[in-house]
Amino acid sequence: MRVTNVVIAGVGGQGAVLASELLALAAIAAGHDVKQGEFHGVAQRGGAVFSHVRFGERVHSPMAPRGQVDFLVALEKLEALRYAHFVKPGGIVIANDYKIEPVRVGDQRPYPDDALDFLKTKGFQVMALEATQVALDLGDHRAANVVLLGVLSRSIDIPQEAWEQTLEDRIPERHRDLNRRAFAAGREAAPAGG
Amino acid sequence: MGDVTLMSGNDAVARGAWEAGVVFAAGYPGTPSTEVLERLAAYDEVDAHWSTNEKVAFEEAMGAALGGVRSMVTMKHVGLNVAADPFMVFPYAGTNAGFVVLVADDPGMYSSQNEQDSRYFAKVAKVPLLEPADAAEARTITGAAFDLSERFHTPVMLRTTTRLAHTRSPVEPGVRTEHERRPFSRQVSQYAIPVYARFRRVELEEKLGQMREFAEEFPGNVIEEGGPTVGVVTHGVPYQYVKEVCPDATVFKLGMLYPLPERRLREFCARFDTVFVVEESEGFIEQEMASFGIRNLIGKARFTNVGELSADLVAAGLSGAAIPTDFAKEIAVLPRPPVLCAGCAHRGVFSTLRKLGVLVTGDIGCYTLGCLPPYEAIHTTFCMGASISNATGFHRSGEDRVVAVIGDSTFLHSGLPGLVSAVYNQVPTTVVLVDNGTTGMTGHQEHPGTGHTLKGKPAPAVDYETVLRAIGVEQVEVVDPWDLDATERAIRAGLDHAGPAVIIARRHCRLLPITKTEVRIPYQVVLDDCTLCEECMAAGCPALIWGEDGPQIHEWECAGCSLCAQLCPMDAIVAVGEA
Repeated sequence: MRVTNVVIAGVGGQGAVLASELLALAAIAAGHDVKQGEFHGVAQRGGAVFSHVRFGERVHSPMAPRGQVDFLVALEKLEALRYAHFVKPGGIVIANDYKIEPVRVGDQRPYPDDALDFLKTKGFQVMALEATQVALDLGDHRAANVVLLGVLSRSIDIPQEAWEQTLEDRIPERHRDLNRRAFAAGREAAPAGG
Repeated sequence: MGDVTLMSGNDAVARGAWEAGVVFAAGYPGTPSTEVLERLAAYDEVDAHWSTNEKVAFEEAMGAALGGVRSMVTMKHVGLNVAADPFMVFPYAGTNAGFVVLVADDPGMYSSQNEQDSRYFAKVAKVPLLEPADAAEARTITGAAFDLSERFHTPVMLRTTTRLAHTRSPVEPGVRTEHERRPFSRQVSQYAIPVYARFRRVELEEKLGQMREFAEEFPGNVIEEGGPTVGVVTHGVPYQYVKEVCPDATVFKLGMLYPLPERRLREFCARFDTVFVVEESEGFIEQEMASFGIRNLIGKARFTNVGELSADLVAAGLSGAAIPTDFAKEIAVLPRPPVLCAGCAHRGVFSTLRKLGVLVTGDIGCYTLGCLPPYEAIHTTFCMGASISNATGFHRSGEDRVVAVIGDSTFLHSGLPGLVSAVYNQVPTTVVLVDNGTTGMTGHQEHPGTGHTLKGKPAPAVDYETVLRAIGVEQVEVVDPWDLDATERAIRAGLDHAGPAVIIARRHCRLLPITKTEVRIPYQVVLDDCTLCEECMAAGCPALIWGEDGPQIHEWECAGCSLCAQLCPMDAIVAVGEA
């Protein structure tokens, strides 16, 4: 079986790392070999964070080679843009239609509001969803990461039981119900590509 | 897959050490090594504690190993610089029980001031060096390191990198083996003074010869047969990149990087016209192999010594393939550097220092971010503790308005000796001790000033004010950095004082659970009163952004520090509920 490559990107504090850990745990529960690793800088919050999750029969490199990623899950539009070159031609970008202005350090150009349209012109299948709003409606904006995992779960080879087991094992009880509902909302909302 | 669980390299090193029967472990937090000690502390059988710095931690673990129990010390690469003194001396005497030094390098400098290949330290110290290639190997090789240590009575260096330390992969855990305490024999001839050490020096060379023989047999040095055309010598995470992009190569994977198995490497290289040496950072293995007289090597000429390697870079080095680039040439892929958190108490200090226009020497912690816009209020950052001693030096060079900024954990690590020197030599060094009650940058570790140990037990907390007065600092003032006026007055008073002065800017890190019990009243912008002057943007706060109509505060992000409100000349920023 070939290796499935996923990159999860976001802004520090959005839960990109937790999302990738959940995906890796679900992949292990489904019997795959897995490598999952995140890339982040010095601070706890605010900076760009991204994580690679690779699963399949045998995984070597912790990072997927550029141009070979099957799914990019982006918790923020600018971050979708930042890592899209990892995605294979025609690959899938699952994006939170949500904008976080970066604190400016030098580059004063306006925020690229057309980021997701740009990615469509590059031939990627963009699935956009207002995941932060969906999570907010469920009770907490921070569950946007799990909403997007719900979307992703429709397209990858990990059975529903493995996901349920993972949410049970990894999410503390007081947040579990919210995260279950966020995951289900993502599965239901999974928009058509294009 | 049975009991297989997902572990990071750091988790797996801790697991391996626990299984190997480690009894005592010490360290100082440093990305990417930190979690090793945190995981070890979770085991009841392991007495693990944070030390004030890496030299202290090393010497404590060394003492425990001499005292007869398996011991470990953990640190990042620059920590080994601090601990280099005992590291270089200990091999002469040799250890009693197993002693392993975990050193985590940071190629790519994700969280470091330099990119240092610590493998060279092992060679200088004449200490065996092991390195795993994934989490499962991290577990087994840690156990092998303890066995090797006891076999040759030598400290063993276990080296990881950021990618290994922070990548999670499946591990099948084992059980713990206990070891009898080995009595310490008081043989002065082994442990003291040059007249004896000269004998030890000769013995160390003999031991190194024996370890070279051991390297030839070490099961972690593995040849994985592939095709007859491409031969690769590699190690650690780069091994994974090689397997990814060149699955048909014949690969010599080194788990022991010093001393190298010279005979096996010679035989291996004789089988190929050319052998690629794929290693991250410097050409350590390549240079060692060249020193054996092996000539058919391609290493650093193709695989950069700058930054982190990747599957892409290894593929490019092996075959010359192009690497896809991002879309920055076509659309504004704006940088998103890390920033101080909303409500971070450091912000009030940097806002004030920028206003005062003083020269600021910085130190190691989240507050290094004070060098970035909008503050640009840190002008130097080098190494742990350097802020204070650098400021003293700047004074000696003729600069008279210099402020050192140092965090609480860093101050206790190595800031204190610099301050004692300033007092002793009567240099009017002004220090802002940013006391956020934790080791923030590495993820909130306890330290001697927090009142708790790594194991979560209550401990005496350093009373900074008393310490400062006891070493002779006459001007000591404590301020709340959320109060800009008070912070400015205190720093001005410190600068005006004729001798050394310390301003303690004290407020908990906003990410500490204790702050969740405080009442949070977020602020909002009253756009009717706003003149769009942008003064508030000098707060550099991630909760405050420039929206379509002007400044705008993210209510769920806002910590209620009021810094932006204090900066607003129009009083157009008010607490929610006061509008």
